[in-house]
Amino acid sequence: MKKLTAAMVAVAGVAFAASASAATLDDVKAKGHIQCGVSQGLPGFSNADDSGNWTGLDVDMCRAVAAAVFGDSNAVKFTPLSAKQRFTALASGEVDILSRNTTWTMTRDTQLGLNFAGVNYYDGQGMMVPTSLGVTSALELDGANICTNTGTTTELNITDYFRANGMSFNLVAFEKADEVVAAYDAGRCDVYTTDRSGLAAQRGKLTAPDSHMVLSEIISKEPLGPVVRQGDDQWFNIVRWSLNAMINAEEMGVSSSNVNNLKFDASITPAVARLIGKEGNFGKELGLSNDWAYNILMQVGNYAESYEANVTPLGLARGVNALWSDGGILYAAPIR
Amino acid sequence: MTTPHKYVRTEDAPLLPPPATEAGITGWLWQNIFASMADYQSIGAAIRSLFMITFSLLLVYVFINQTFGLIDFAILSAVWSDPDGLKREACWTVQQGGALPDGWHGACWPFVWAKQKFAWFGPYPSEELWRVYIALAVGTVGLIWALLDRMPYHRQVGVLMLTIYPLLAFILLTGGNNEASLTSIGVWIFGGLAMISVGRMGAAGYLGAVFAEISSVFSIVGWGIIALNVVRGIASVDFNLTPVGTGDWGGLLITLVVALTGIVASLPLGIILALGRRSQMPVVSILCTIFIEFWRGVPLITVLFMASVMLPLFLPAGVNFDNLLRALIGVMLFSAAYMAEVVRGGLQGIDKGQYEGAQAMGLSYWQTMRLIILPQALTHVIPGIVNTFIGLFKDTTLVSIVGIFDLLGAGQSAVADAAWSTPVQAITMYLYIGVIFFIFCFGMSRYSIFMENKLSKSRRH
Repeated sequence: MKKLTAAMVAVAGVAFAASASAATLDDVKAKGHIQCGVSQGLPGFSNADDSGNWTGLDVDMCRAVAAAVFGDSNAVKFTPLSAKQRFTALASGEVDILSRNTTWTMTRDTQLGLNFAGVNYYDGQGMMVPTSLGVTSALELDGANICTNTGTTTELNITDYFRANGMSFNLVAFEKADEVVAAYDAGRCDVYTTDRSGLAAQRGKLTAPDSHMVLSEIISKEPLGPVVRQGDDQWFNIVRWSLNAMINAEEMGVSSSNVNNLKFDASITPAVARLIGKEGNFGKELGLSNDWAYNILMQVGNYAESYEANVTPLGLARGVNALWSDGGILYAAPIR
Repeated sequence: MTTPHKYVRTEDAPLLPPPATEAGITGWLWQNIFASMADYQSIGAAIRSLFMITFSLLLVYVFINQTFGLIDFAILSAVWSDPDGLKREACWTVQQGGALPDGWHGACWPFVWAKQKFAWFGPYPSEELWRVYIALAVGTVGLIWALLDRMPYHRQVGVLMLTIYPLLAFILLTGGNNEASLTSIGVWIFGGLAMISVGRMGAAGYLGAVFAEISSVFSIVGWGIIALNVVRGIASVDFNLTPVGTGDWGGLLITLVVALTGIVASLPLGIILALGRRSQMPVVSILCTIFIEFWRGVPLITVLFMASVMLPLFLPAGVNFDNLLRALIGVMLFSAAYMAEVVRGGLQGIDKGQYEGAQAMGLSYWQTMRLIILPQALTHVIPGIVNTFIGLFKDTTLVSIVGIFDLLGAGQSAVADAAWSTPVQAITMYLYIGVIFFIFCFGMSRYSIFMENKLSKSRRH
């Protein structure tokens, strides 16, 4: 069934890639806003706040593109999508960008008629255990009961990991994250495994959060990023460079608080001048105005600002998501 | 001659109160509860009595225990307000870094208050909410007015609620100002008028005997087209309201829109399908049967999934149906099929004599149905109809799998908010949603009992 769906999406995707190479940028400009596919609620990434406004790292990605295209980070509408719907919604043109904590894998990139425009968060599957278990490494978990969600890659990853290390385990799988947390909290299993961002987000739902620890092992690679339809290179470039601009800005120390001053500062470095559109014609070459990145930084901020506003409150340190110059792996191609 | 007999009373015997085991509270308790435990005449009866005692005590214990657990969670132990704006910390125990004692287990109502707007209306823009309030207020008042036959003009109000109100609600909720060209509306209305004239001519017998049979269909379709295009025309008028796309609707609003559309559309559609299935004309009957069996044969979740995930793949690029509209049509057709079977059950319960009597009086097919058969058939199946309505109301929660935030979907999305994450976050929200659903479903059920009692007076023995 899964294969069949994938095949149908792939066929449709190719068909659309052929027919719908009409510029997304023109469509978007004509309707006056960007339609952005987000999750139905994932803390830190895309989540509706008390008044129903969308916030999160993935949401900021879409706002950044809106700021680049329209100079208005609010010119974006959000479509909450389930995991099953997301690729069809993108392929059929219902959304212009899919920014929904989607893992970049080869199958998705090559067979579904879509392109990953970059990585805005490097996630990985982790494991949480009660400190009372006295375990310090995942390799000591032989024979453990493991709680996780059904039908996701987390189930497959944990099976791979235990098989590779010759250990036995019992899988206790639930449909919803809330059920998994409740079962783990009630002591029905020794380990709770999901993406590390998810572990951090769910931690607050435990009766005694401090008596649980996240093991240092990361058993899978989950590079999450914005996705666009294949065959529209201009739109692909706009999304990719909106992300790159946010990361480059952090590296250059340009943020929403100083970007306005820098604009009228004669002593800025050439790289900053190129970024904020004082030099060169980079925005025009994307099909936008030259202050595209200035608008992103002014209205959304650089990567660090977005991260600190959305992901840091979950208790997740930058880790691998720090800049390459700070010991992480975040490395954006230069604007020049 | 009147020899006094000692055994004949000369005055009435005094009225004794009924025995304590027969009347009053004690009587009720005795008859319904204790009588079954008081028989020790034989071994078998004694065992039965003892069993009843044990079982009753057990049930009472479970009931009190559970009820108290719920009351304790929802009311006694619950956190009611969050005056300092602490969010999740207001519902945290000492262990978690809050102020509540360890082991505390109660509802976190401030979370629900904070998500109230989201749970009811989803991401609908706050400054435009007055439009939803007006639509809801008019709807509630109109509905109650139309449903209570003690009110004056309740029939007229009912007709208004079915015709003008949906249009009013549509314009209020979306903002109106739809794109529609006047020429196309004009052409369609002209087409509708043409169809009505053809129907009239057919009815008058100018177009042959066979055509006269189906002429009424032409008139109905013609009127339908005209009505639809008048609606299109009104919906395209610019009322200077900010447009709010259905993507911004959510919560209870979506639940009500989906449920009410399904309920209002499924009854007439279901009646037509049921009549069609019992029709003597093979084509009509086969078509209706295929339609009904198809929709009954697939689960609603499949229908929604097809409508929202597969349909866009078959449409040409750029043609985009509204996601909510797709789900609405799916729900409507699905519930119409179920309704058709309920109505068919009613039709089959009508005695053949009723049809023959109507024919003997010279009534046409439609007159027979409208005046004789349907009023009786529908009255018989009120419980079935309301059952379908209640099922439909609850089935609306399935739309959340296609990314539409109904009440449950909005609640689940709210539960994912880390700013409020506590161990009781999910339970509190589900309790709240459960109460709302219960109010609506219980209300429908009570109204159905009221209608049954009212309509079946003539058949009481």
